[in-house]
Amino acid sequence: MTDAAHEGPLKKVPLADFHRTHGAKMVPFAGYEMPVQYPAGIIDEHNHTRAKAGLFDVSHMGQAWLHGAHAADALERLVPGDIKSLAAGQGRYTTITNDYGGIVDDLIVTGHGDKLFIVVNASRKHIDFPLIADAVGSEGELELIEDRALLALQGPSASKVMAHYVPASQHLLFMHGADLRINDIPCHITRSGYAGEDGFEISVPTEAALDLAELLQSEDDVMPVGLGARDTLRLEAGLCLYGNDLDEATTPIEADLRWTISKRRREEGGFPGADRILREIAEGPTRKRVGILPDGRAPARAGTEILAADGSPAGTVTSGGFGPSVKGPIAMGYVAAALAKPGTPLRLLVRGREIPATVVALPFQPHRYHRV
Amino acid sequence: MTVKYTKDHEWIAIDGDVGTVGITNHAQEQLGELVYVELPEVGAILEVGDEACVVESVKAASEVYAPCSGEVIAVNEELADAPTTVNEHAEGDGWLFKLKLSDAAELDEAMTAAEYKKFLKELEE
Repeated sequence: MTDAAHEGPLKKVPLADFHRTHGAKMVPFAGYEMPVQYPAGIIDEHNHTRAKAGLFDVSHMGQAWLHGAHAADALERLVPGDIKSLAAGQGRYTTITNDYGGIVDDLIVTGHGDKLFIVVNASRKHIDFPLIADAVGSEGELELIEDRALLALQGPSASKVMAHYVPASQHLLFMHGADLRINDIPCHITRSGYAGEDGFEISVPTEAALDLAELLQSEDDVMPVGLGARDTLRLEAGLCLYGNDLDEATTPIEADLRWTISKRRREEGGFPGADRILREIAEGPTRKRVGILPDGRAPARAGTEILAADGSPAGTVTSGGFGPSVKGPIAMGYVAAALAKPGTPLRLLVRGREIPATVVALPFQPHRYHRV
Repeated sequence: MTVKYTKDHEWIAIDGDVGTVGITNHAQEQLGELVYVELPEVGAILEVGDEACVVESVKAASEVYAPCSGEVIAVNEELADAPTTVNEHAEGDGWLFKLKLSDAAELDEAMTAAEYKKFLKELEE
């Protein structure tokens, strides 16, 4: 969880009072003052999310509507994902790429009839939104949503909790969304999240955000969860953190995100860096993101050097730490393609010592999305 | 037995020429639950201020410095399987290592319990 260099005072999220009331420890993150943990602590918050439900404030993320009959065509000029085929209410994870095929950001786009709902990373919105606005030009309009907070309710109890307030939320499948009311508060709810669990993301008007957060938090099964546990949950789920696992020098193919590029987009191209990305799809990338299980208990953090079994340089850990559900150290990193196969032995250079490790299939913790 | 405290939030309990070293309760509160403790090797010779060992929480790895010069004569092996003992009893069962002090006078500058308490209060302000 590194914080990119941001100038000026930290911005406050609409739920700042909620975090204070519930005893959060606040830290700077992507230019915002955000809760890293509550008094329960990262491990309890993590375990509670896997067992019941965690309530996350992700209001720092960038939300926008992209209006216009040709909005999907415009966005497809920036991303290799299939946006044009999105039905109303259907969402998709994709990446904005640059001319070298590197990833400018990862984002979720949800169809909404005549417009698209876009959620991007906090640390990248100042780059993404001008790119999207330029791409759509006079064919449409990018409307930044600055009067809404974003809450995430994640975990196996999320569905039951939501059912109390919005029965219709039960009909949403993973990566689908709808405009729904919670106690008369107009929300845009998607069945999505970044914990590897069933769950919902709720875009809610700022003035109602505090009430909604307190309402959900008051449920027996719900505990507020900070960015610390959000990071351990997403790492166990094998999901990428922009700035760690993804950056402008890393392609979606290297990042093992080939699945985000549909057959039509592979055939048609027409996105930034298509030459390199399509070549890597055909020939394979030179390096690849993998899961890494270190032996023993010492965590291997981002930046840890990876060696092949023969001691030669093999790559770098991009996310690493302790997985509370795995109950041990876990990591993701990039290794030479020849070393990417699960079962491949590696060594990690932690404080001058070589720790044996093994390439493993991702995720570390099976996903439990609501797909059917 | 005298207990002294450092500005890096270590404590050292001095008994003759042996000092038992750990991190303070304040330090463990700041770190959160520990998931790993990398202890020094018995026999290691440390100078005052040397990095002696590493304690890791979910969030980050933090160095523990030698409050005094000396030789490591024992380490708390139990922490290998139970690092959270440091959270539960930072200034007792959660001790990290014992030093045979080579120059106990180095600790003259270290804080007493009352001084450390005042130091923490100043940090909060």
